[in-house]
Amino acid sequence: CEEQELNEADENITSEEEEYGCEDDRKRQKLLEAISALGGKRKKRLGERSEAAVQMSEFTVNAEGEGDKIDLSDLIGTMDKTPAISAKTKNRLRKLQKSKKTIECPLSKQETERIQRDVAFQKAATEVSRWDGIIKQNQRAEQLVFPVNQEPSGPKPMERVVTSWKAQTPLEQEIFALLSANKQPITDPILTPTETASLKAMSLEEAKIRRAELQKARALQSYYEAKARRERKIKSKKYHKVHNKDKRKVFLKQFDEMVKTDPAAALEELNKMELARMQERMSLKHQNSGKWAKSKAVMAKYDEGARKAMQQQLEVNKELTQKLITSLNNEEEEEGVDVEVMPDFVNDAEQGLDSSNPWMRGKLSEDHTEKEISDIVDLSAEGAGVAENTAEEEEDTEKVEETEEEALLREFDSRRKLRQAQEADVVPSAAEELDASDKEAEELTEFTSLFRGIAEQAEAAADASPSDTKTQLDEGLMRIKTLEDVELLSQEESAPEIASVQPQPSPATENLPHATQQGGKNRKRKRGIELKEVLTKETKVIQVPLAPTVEDKEDSDENLDQRGLIKEAFAGDDVISDFLRDKRKQEDAGKPKVVDLTLPGWGEWGGMGLKVSRNKRRRFRIKTAPPPPRKDERLPSVIISERKNSSISLHQVNSLPFPFENHSQFESIICSPVGRTWNTERTVKRVTKPKVVTRLGAIIEPMAREELMRDKNHGSAGNAK
Amino acid sequence: NKGDKDGERSEEALQHKEQKPQKTRKRTREGDEIKLDPFPGPAPIPEDRVQKFKRKEKTKTPHHAHYKLRDMIVRSEEASEMAQKQAARFDILLPEDAGFLEGDEDEDTCTISQEDIALDVDITSGAKYFNLKLSQFGPYRVDYSKTGRHLLLGGRRGHVACIDWQSKQLMCEINVMESVNDVKWLHSEAMYAVAQKKWLHIYDSNGIELHCIRKFNDVLRMQFLPYHFLLATASATSFLQYLDVSVGKEVAAICTKTGRLDVMCQNPYNAIIHLGHPNGTVTLWSPNQKEALVKMLCHQGGVRSVTVDKTGTYMVTSGMDKKLKVYDIRAFKPLKSYFLPAGASCLSLSQRGLLSAATGDVVQVYRDVWNTPVSKPYMAHRVRGTVWGLHFCPFEDVLGVGHGEGFTSMLVPGAGEPNFDGLDANPYRSAKQRQEWEVKALLEKIQPELISLDPSELGQVDQATFEQRHQDRVQALGFDPLARQKFVPKFKKKGRSSAGGVERRKKQVAHEDQREIIRKTVEDKMKMDKERKEREEKKKAMLTSQRSALDRFKI
Repeated sequence: CEEQELNEADENITSEEEEYGCEDDRKRQKLLEAISALGGKRKKRLGERSEAAVQMSEFTVNAEGEGDKIDLSDLIGTMDKTPAISAKTKNRLRKLQKSKKTIECPLSKQETERIQRDVAFQKAATEVSRWDGIIKQNQRAEQLVFPVNQEPSGPKPMERVVTSWKAQTPLEQEIFALLSANKQPITDPILTPTETASLKAMSLEEAKIRRAELQKARALQSYYEAKARRERKIKSKKYHKVHNKDKRKVFLKQFDEMVKTDPAAALEELNKMELARMQERMSLKHQNSGKWAKSKAVMAKYDEGARKAMQQQLEVNKELTQKLITSLNNEEEEEGVDVEVMPDFVNDAEQGLDSSNPWMRGKLSEDHTEKEISDIVDLSAEGAGVAENTAEEEEDTEKVEETEEEALLREFDSRRKLRQAQEADVVPSAAEELDASDKEAEELTEFTSLFRGIAEQAEAAADASPSDTKTQLDEGLMRIKTLEDVELLSQEESAPEIASVQPQPSPATENLPHATQQGGKNRKRKRGIELKEVLTKETKVIQVPLAPTVEDKEDSDENLDQRGLIKEAFAGDDVISDFLRDKRKQEDAGKPKVVDLTLPGWGEWGGMGLKVSRNKRRRFRIKTAPPPPRKDERLPSVIISERKNSSISLHQVNSLPFPFENHSQFESIICSPVGRTWNTERTVKRVTKPKVVTRLGAIIEPMAREELMRDKNHGSAGNAK
Repeated sequence: NKGDKDGERSEEALQHKEQKPQKTRKRTREGDEIKLDPFPGPAPIPEDRVQKFKRKEKTKTPHHAHYKLRDMIVRSEEASEMAQKQAARFDILLPEDAGFLEGDEDEDTCTISQEDIALDVDITSGAKYFNLKLSQFGPYRVDYSKTGRHLLLGGRRGHVACIDWQSKQLMCEINVMESVNDVKWLHSEAMYAVAQKKWLHIYDSNGIELHCIRKFNDVLRMQFLPYHFLLATASATSFLQYLDVSVGKEVAAICTKTGRLDVMCQNPYNAIIHLGHPNGTVTLWSPNQKEALVKMLCHQGGVRSVTVDKTGTYMVTSGMDKKLKVYDIRAFKPLKSYFLPAGASCLSLSQRGLLSAATGDVVQVYRDVWNTPVSKPYMAHRVRGTVWGLHFCPFEDVLGVGHGEGFTSMLVPGAGEPNFDGLDANPYRSAKQRQEWEVKALLEKIQPELISLDPSELGQVDQATFEQRHQDRVQALGFDPLARQKFVPKFKKKGRSSAGGVERRKKQVAHEDQREIIRKTVEDKMKMDKERKEREEKKKAMLTSQRSALDRFKI
């Protein structure tokens, strides 16, 4: 800027100088021009460069004064003579004369503009970036309310009205000054600070009592500390020994009490002791193997005291390593035993609700479990007569055992025979079928037929027995095919009879060989057993006060054809095996198939009767990964379809929306309902709050700068609600 | 949300302020006695009641989540918590309580006769015990409308009658001149469906035949799904068919291939149809799948009756083997098994969980069959003929029994839900309200495609499609866009981006990640430990409190 000014000044000066010299010449020239113009011929003359003219030729530059440079001093020379020039200008010019620097030529227009733009942008950016915080806050706010600074409608709380009011008149000010000086409440006159302070203060007596208490406690503490310090300093080992022993005794006494009063703490103590015992057993501390003990051992032969000391050490060890037997422990052991004895109860009941009272279970469950253990023994035993058995039991158990053993033997014999007969039938057909599933089915049928035979025996026996009191409907169900049926039936039969009979625990050791065999069987038809357990779960007999007089006709439909009727009547016979087969089929269908890509003759000899080598088969049979476990894997009596529900997948979301990272986040947000059916009105309003709220008819002004300042002061957004 | 909280607080504050002036006045009157609010803040809500309205577990905000996600999670957490608390707070607005019958000492409640009950209760309740002697047209099927105001009777020999049973006003009575297998109200009391000898017919409440649906033949049993407007029918030809009664279209026809279907019930929780079969199985069906969703072996004989409770938790079945079984239908596990000397031919569960079972001509009602083992019925009543249909009346302590000699309305204290939802099923609604409700119900109709075992399935992300899509995307892009990006340290100037520095920064981040994992595992472990400890303590407490069976010999 300064340079520019200077330049202008220079120009002014030069023009002034010329003006004075050339005025006459110019006048003359003008005159000449006017004369020539009178001649009619209007020819433009090109002016000379030396003159200031409107039109000037570039080409008629006269060479006058060429070569000699104009110095600044030449120009300034006249400066002193002219009084019009101010001293300031003169000074500046002189300075300029002294400095030999040339002035840089000004930047081009584009560049200056660019620089100016840059500067302006930076200015604006800093200005705008002040709003960043507010903008971010508003973007993230759950709800925006416009116009920004609106007074909340409705009645204002008294408090706010009072605080907003200010003392204005001098009288008011004086009064307020007085109030504040005396610590009187200004706004809400409930209690003055002094009043609250006085309320908080204690009475004198109370304070005295408290002080005395504190003093006493402090004194006691100091006594105790001093005592402890003194005791710790005592070096006598004997003292400590005796002391420790004493402590232990006291502790034991306390422990016994603790067992009665606070078993949890006692248990903790017990654990501690157990830990100490463990540590003792691990360490060599009292084992008389240390340096001291060895030295004592040398002396022991002669020294009574040394011998005694060693003995004591060993005693300590013994004492510490001795297993603690307390009443608490005993209880636990008892419980453990109980648990071992009772499992048939426990396993029986699936929920713990009725396990609290084993007597409530009555006979049925016991009977059932017993049957489970000694599978078929019961049947034969029943044939022999259960009532007799139980009657004898109390008199002498030996005899019972004997009879039972006999029954067992008889039972084995019959079974062996049956099996032999069966095998003769089954073997040829069984050899043909290689498929595993078929085999199992085969086994199952084999077993069922086996049991059927036995059941028939039992049936015959049951028929023979005089205690048989069956209703007609029961007889309809007597065609039993499976073991389960036999059991169920026997249960049903005996349910009313056995109700009075005492439960008899089956001796487990008695029939060991039988048990092992049982185990083997279990492995083979595990599924069937599970299912049976499910189906013949302990049932509770309900006593009904009114007996139905009308025999209900199950189906009086005439349309039912004969075959269906028969089928329905005997439906219960093979239900379980049917179901199992069905389930097996479903499972097999879900299994992936092995793809066999072996081509005969590739890489080896081909032709009739040649087997594909094992190596090749292994290489070209592709096994796909097994499917995830079925949902009904652990439910023997349930088949759950594994088919995907495609109709609902049309309505499901199948891609995660933007901010979510995993399904659980999305699902948890989706799963809380929004509608009025599930929520209270206020919740609905809160959940479906609009993002932006505007007041009808109100002008929404852009945010003012004061808003920004206010926000800065308050540190919170005013409009972000 | 902050604003809202503030709002709440200010509201509360407002209330306090409003209360305060009174107090101060009192104080000034009484003297120096100071009175602070003894119960500051909003009234506390009992924890168990809050727990009752719990809808979801708390979601944890991940450490390095996008701020939008974090905001979203926090807000939804707050909203759901508020919803839960509010619901718990307003729960006390349902003050009606269900009662039950209590006998004198040494008196079984099952020996109390209906006449005695009817005499002892008030006149209106006593009037709800009545008998209709209709011996001419054979055993009757029964159905109550959803509000419990209207009763529909269908006699085997063609007699169909609908009654406003509380005012004993006969709405219509017709004889269809054909055998009637089942009757069912549709969504309102204006229409009902009758399964006749050959076809399915629909009548209006004046007895005018509206439709004869030839597509539905030999129907034996019907169920109406009120929120889907679906009429599900089971036929003798082993077809399970669904009719959308709002548009009159057959939604699905499923051949069950299991023979005659005469045992049917619905699960009100998820609109799944349960069918009982002569081979002892119970199958679960939805209109979207041609095969059974679940097949359970329940009895050794045929299944005679099935019923599911209102919450969809328990299923009760009775079979030819004379057993009565209770299942947890969510886990498909048996809970209880009872032996009924004569077997139950009909079962029905009330809204409050009372079970009625009919054996021959005796109707027995049991209380709480699933929790405590029951040894005798809560109530018993002998009707004149063989029981043919049982139905508890909604919102009333009444059990309707249709039998060979007509209809008996029994009083069963504690059967009905005392608090009804006026917007859903209002027993006292006017005609206008009914119309409004109908429009609303139609608007809110649930599409049959949404029926599935788990009703919350709709809110889950379709995992299979999602994975498929994701794989495709990964293949197209060449990288996994959802995978966490590997940390690339920023270049820093002034020599701070030396190789060592970069490595250090990388390590820092890696450590941070690892620490988070460790933190999580430790937390899990602590939690498990705590749980185990609690369990042990409980067990110990139980063991100490439990008296051994042999304790009685100790003294």
